[in-house]
Amino acid sequence: MNYLDETFRVKVGLAEMLKGGVIMDVTNAEQAVIAEKAGACAVMALERVPSDIRKEGGVARMAPIRKIREIMEAVSIPVMAKARIGHFMEARILEALEVDYIDESEVLTPADEEHHIDKRQFKVPFVCGARNLGEALRRIAEGAAMIRTKGEAGSGNIVEAVRHIRTIVKEIKQLTVLGKEELVAEAKRLQAPLELVEWVAQNGKLPVPNFSAGGIATPADAALVMQLGAEAVFVGSGIFKSEDPEARARAIVKAATYYNDPVKLLEASEDLGMAMPGLDVSKMPESEMLQTRGW
Amino acid sequence: MKPIGVLALQGDFEAHQKALARAGADSVLVRTAAELQNVAGLVIPGGESTTMLKLLRLENLFEPLREFGQQRPIFGTCAGAILLASEVSSPQQESLGLVDMAIERNAYGRQLDSRVVRLAAEDGLTGKELEAVFIRAPIIRRVGETGRVLARYLGDPVLVDFGRHLVATFHPELTPDPTVHRMFVDRVAR
Repeated sequence: MNYLDETFRVKVGLAEMLKGGVIMDVTNAEQAVIAEKAGACAVMALERVPSDIRKEGGVARMAPIRKIREIMEAVSIPVMAKARIGHFMEARILEALEVDYIDESEVLTPADEEHHIDKRQFKVPFVCGARNLGEALRRIAEGAAMIRTKGEAGSGNIVEAVRHIRTIVKEIKQLTVLGKEELVAEAKRLQAPLELVEWVAQNGKLPVPNFSAGGIATPADAALVMQLGAEAVFVGSGIFKSEDPEARARAIVKAATYYNDPVKLLEASEDLGMAMPGLDVSKMPESEMLQTRGW
Repeated sequence: MKPIGVLALQGDFEAHQKALARAGADSVLVRTAAELQNVAGLVIPGGESTTMLKLLRLENLFEPLREFGQQRPIFGTCAGAILLASEVSSPQQESLGLVDMAIERNAYGRQLDSRVVRLAAEDGLTGKELEAVFIRAPIIRRVGETGRVLARYLGDPVLVDFGRHLVATFHPELTPDPTVHRMFVDRVAR
C-alpha cells in the first residue's frame, strides 16, 4: 500500500504546510500579487472564478498556460491549478509546467463521467473535493493528498460547505465506535477500500489534511468552517468578486488564524465593504449545482 | 516549568505539538504577545513565511517575538528558519535577524523537487542517521561564526546550532524520530 510511502509523504507534507492558511482563487498575476501581499498561503490559478463560470456557462477548462506561468513568476508562494475531473492529460500538462498542486475540480466541466484521474501515477500532489466520507476516501484511494469540502462554488453561500464538513466529521466519528465486522459492512456502504476505512476508524481523522471550500465569502464563514473541523480554507469568488478584495483577503487570512478568538474576528469583520452577492442554493435546480459532479 | 510554545499563525504547528510530545515536552499554541509570556521556548513551524510575516506585523507580534528571542530559545523549521535569519533572498524579505545566516527561499525548486532523504549527521549527532523531509525548502547560503553545522545535505547546512537557537531547513516534525526535537527540549530546560 502506498498511502504512507515517501512520495505520498512529500505530497501530504505540502498540505501540512498550508494548514491554518487561506488559498485564494486568482485569474491573473495582478490578483496573485494582491493575494500574496494579503497573506494567502497559496493561490489557485484558474481561467474564471466559479461565479463567472456559473454566469457565463460553456465548457470550463484548465486555465491558459500563459496565465498560469505569469502567476507562477509573480509570486513566491505555492501555485495550484485546476484540471477537469478525469482529464489526466490536462493534469500531465500542469505537472510538466511544475505547478505545486493540482485541484481535480468539479468547478470545471468534467471530462469523464465515470473515472477520476489515477493520481498515484503522478509526482505532483492532488487535492479533490468531497461531500461525504465515502467520496473523500475514494479520492484518497486514487491518490489525493488533500481533501476539501466541495460546498457550492461560486454561490457565496456557506450552507453547502457546512453540510459537507459536518457530514465528513460526523461519519468519521461514527466509524471510531464500530467493531471490525461492522467496518467491513461500512466500507461497502461508503464504497471505499477497507484498509482506509479501518485507518480512519483507528485514528479518528482522515489520513490527509481536510480543508474547506465552496461558498466562503466572509471572515465569519472562514472561522465557522475552521470551528467545524476544516484545517484551512479555499476562497474562490469570495475575494475578487467583493467590493474591496485587498481588505477582504487580509481579513479572511486573519480569521483563519484567529478562528477561536471572537474579538480578533470582530476586528477582521470591520470595514470590509460589500461581500460578493450570494445565491440561495435551496432554490437552485440540481442541474446547476457544481457539487454533484464527481463520482 | 513553563511549557514550550508553538507559533500557530499558519503552518504545520499541530505536527510540531505532536513531535514535542514524542520528545516528552508539554506544549501550547501561541498566537498573541500575551501568550508568548507564558512559554519557556518557542517553535516557529513550517508554512509560508510571507503569511506568517504578514500576521506578525498586522498583530504587532514582530517586536515582542524579537525580544523573546533575545532571551529565550527558538527552534525554526523551514519557514521558521527563514524568519529567524539575518538575510533572506529570493525574494528579499524582512526577518527577525536572531541568527547570523543568509538563507534563500524555495532554493531547490518547486513542489516537484520536494523529497525525503537520509542524512549522516555531523558533530553533536554523531553515529545517527537522520531522516529529513524537504518541502519547497530554503537553502542556507552562509552561516555566521556563531553557528555550528550539525547536518548537511548536498554540501549545504540543513541543521544549525546557534547556541540559544536551532534552525532546520527540513521538517523533523514530519518524522517519527524525536532526536531533533529532543535537542531543542533539552536546550529549553537548561
